[in-house]
Amino acid sequence: MNRVEIKDLNIIFPLRNKTIHAVKDVTFSIKAGQIFGIVGESGAGKSTIGNAIIGLLEPPGELISGDITLDGVKINKNNIKSLRGSKIGMIFQDPMTSLNPLLTIGEQLIETIKRHREFTIKESREYAIQLLNRVGINKPIIRMNEYPHQFSGGMRQRVVIALALCGNPSLIVADEPTTALDVSIQSQILKLLQSLCHKEKISILLITHNMGVISEICDSVAVMKYGEFLETGDTYNILVNPQMDYSRNLISSVPRIDKKLDRISVPGYKLQNFNSKIFSNISAPNESNISSEILMLKNVVMQFHKSNFNNKNSTLAVNDVSFSIKNGEIMGLVGESGSGKTTIAKIITNIHIPTSGQIYLFGKNILEINNYEKKSVKKHIQMIFQDPYSSLNPRMKIKHIISEPIKFHNPSIKKNETEFIINELLVRVELNNDCLERYPHEFSGGQRQRISIARALATNPKLLICDEPTSSLDVSIQAQILNLLKDLQNEFNLSILFISHDLPVIRQMCDRIGVMYQGKLIEIDKNDHIFNMPKQSYTKSLINQIPDTKYFYNSYKI
Amino acid sequence: MLNLLISSYKSNDFLYKLFKSKLAITSTLIILIIIFISICAPIISPHQPFNPKTLNLDDAYLPPFWIEGGSLTFALGTDGHGRDILSSILYGSRISIFVGFSSVILSVVIGVTLGLIAGYYGGIIDLIIMRIGDIQLTFPSILVALLIDGIAKIILPKVLHVNIAFYVIIFSIGISNWVQYARTVRAVTLVEKNKEYVHASQVIGLSSHIIIVRHILRNVISPVFVIATIGFAFSILIESTLSFLGVGLAATQASLGTLIRIGNNFLFSGEWWIAFFPGLSLVTIVLSINIFGDWLRDALNPKLK
Repeated sequence: MNRVEIKDLNIIFPLRNKTIHAVKDVTFSIKAGQIFGIVGESGAGKSTIGNAIIGLLEPPGELISGDITLDGVKINKNNIKSLRGSKIGMIFQDPMTSLNPLLTIGEQLIETIKRHREFTIKESREYAIQLLNRVGINKPIIRMNEYPHQFSGGMRQRVVIALALCGNPSLIVADEPTTALDVSIQSQILKLLQSLCHKEKISILLITHNMGVISEICDSVAVMKYGEFLETGDTYNILVNPQMDYSRNLISSVPRIDKKLDRISVPGYKLQNFNSKIFSNISAPNESNISSEILMLKNVVMQFHKSNFNNKNSTLAVNDVSFSIKNGEIMGLVGESGSGKTTIAKIITNIHIPTSGQIYLFGKNILEINNYEKKSVKKHIQMIFQDPYSSLNPRMKIKHIISEPIKFHNPSIKKNETEFIINELLVRVELNNDCLERYPHEFSGGQRQRISIARALATNPKLLICDEPTSSLDVSIQAQILNLLKDLQNEFNLSILFISHDLPVIRQMCDRIGVMYQGKLIEIDKNDHIFNMPKQSYTKSLINQIPDTKYFYNSYKI
Repeated sequence: MLNLLISSYKSNDFLYKLFKSKLAITSTLIILIIIFISICAPIISPHQPFNPKTLNLDDAYLPPFWIEGGSLTFALGTDGHGRDILSSILYGSRISIFVGFSSVILSVVIGVTLGLIAGYYGGIIDLIIMRIGDIQLTFPSILVALLIDGIAKIILPKVLHVNIAFYVIIFSIGISNWVQYARTVRAVTLVEKNKEYVHASQVIGLSSHIIIVRHILRNVISPVFVIATIGFAFSILIESTLSFLGVGLAATQASLGTLIRIGNNFLFSGEWWIAFFPGLSLVTIVLSINIFGDWLRDALNPKLK
């Protein structure tokens, strides 16, 4: 018998101007001890289904038709409150915000247990310790008295899972449970979920955008787009032999790890060739001046002091890092969060001044040059940021955002020349020029990232620093942006420092790769060497923890 | 034109919310009417209350028209000099609103500038600016205004002082209210300066003052609008209080506060209308502005949506 049955679910969001049909005729069922995955891009309506099951639809959302049945009992407005937390558990995306920072872990667990079970305080306490043991937290008796901030991200997510288990649920709804975590932590959490599922016969509804997570642990999967299930079935069948074009595209745009391709396969993608030159009349750095090494970092150290008065309490964000980037090369920096990747980007772009060390750009030490020279150097380094929602000034028109760097570095430039450059840039990043009069909030994440790229290219830079440029984008958009970056790199002969935590992306993008760990650059080598014969054990473990995508390779061949 | 209005109404959430709230739309209408009549006071007022040639002492102490002895010529009655109360109110609100508006502009300019500088540069500059603000906040703003007005009176020759009393009042009210603008703007700047678009501008190489003026300023300005609206009402009140205490504007340039002070002398002798009607207008103006300001704060705050 099916544990959970969902039949003809329809959810609408009535807004002032229009009504959004967020979920259309969705039907599926989950057996006991099974993991059912829903995969799709942002805005597909995945989370809405999860929220509807636990009865927490955000207003003005409305369930207009459909049945949700759990263990043969229909869920409705009256019984959902008693089921939520007891029969249905929930795991949220961000373990930072789903725990109350002012209560100890023990208090939060005991409170939840007492709410759903008829235990005394002593029994609840024992049960809580038992739960923490089950989710793999060491020394649970001591850790019961600690606060959430004393736990790492992965440990916190384990506590969230323990909380979901408090009521001895038969269904757990996990909404992007590993998205906020590093790869190494992600695989641990996935294994934990899988073992809970198998040992204790809990059913899990797993909502994610990540195909790798699906292939790792799901028994069956549904591909969702615009509120509809396009196809549902056994995970292996869907991944190896997808029937719908959309599913196939979704799978094939996942960057592969086994070998480096020239371009990620995206349907309809073709290599661009441009005849016109954008920057014919703007001075480029004298070619003869450029040594083969564009950027060179020597023994760079960056120390942050936590307080102005106490130098003892400081952290080494970057510890003795040296590397160089050659002309026209894409160099990758990979590492977990907090490993110092972004700090290096900020040091190179002169936002942070390093504690010690030298940085040479075009052979000049940028820490020792005067302000006038600095301006001409800055022109040749540009940066693309992670969050396309905060990297464009929300109150400026696109026209002004792109024209600002052009005008700043060429004060005497004529209006029509600026317009010419802007139009050519927009063609390169594949945007229409009717976007010029609009504001950033009118664009999607991928489009904003294109605008961001256009702005970065506007000064005709030699070195582009990309700090996690695609980590907040959907896979299909990510594939487009990555291809675009490669095309532009070809056309402008750019050198790129590509920073990411995502190994498959790094694999597809970079010529050479540096692996960062706790502020140190522990390994630096050619792309193929890093992935085929890593020297450091840390690198090896990073590569082993990447979710398995070997099923996908059938879809790559289209 | 109408089509344009309708289409902008449909696409604009702000207007939609304004028209949905009855209280907000009423107060907006009252504010618009008051602003209109204060601008047009010389044209629409029936008398010229501050031109001695037109005054006639025979008309003194006339009650409003619905009380026996009153006449429609002086609809709201007259004061002890035979001045028409209605016309005085029209002229008075003109002055009150002008003083309120100008002093708010002054506070905003000072407060936003210092707030941006303190927030963006941080460190010792931030410390100095904000501590000066803290010290000033320990004095009630009415006291600061009194102090500045008093100093101006001592320094300036008497003849000059009468002529520029108007500007001294604006200056003293403006200077006494900048701190809350500076505090708000500093707080928002601290958030904005760590956003990636500011880093992007730094990477482009833009200098700090360009980043502040061109990028951060426009992102911190919406909370300033809200405080400025409520500050506007507050400035009108301070001006009225100063005038009521007799340290504000001269009787020849009567604001609402001056009118209330004049009427105050007659309150107990039965001529209540001399103080009552200016008082009522002051309450109406301040109340409408405050209601509008409250609504604006909710409408611009995404958290309360």
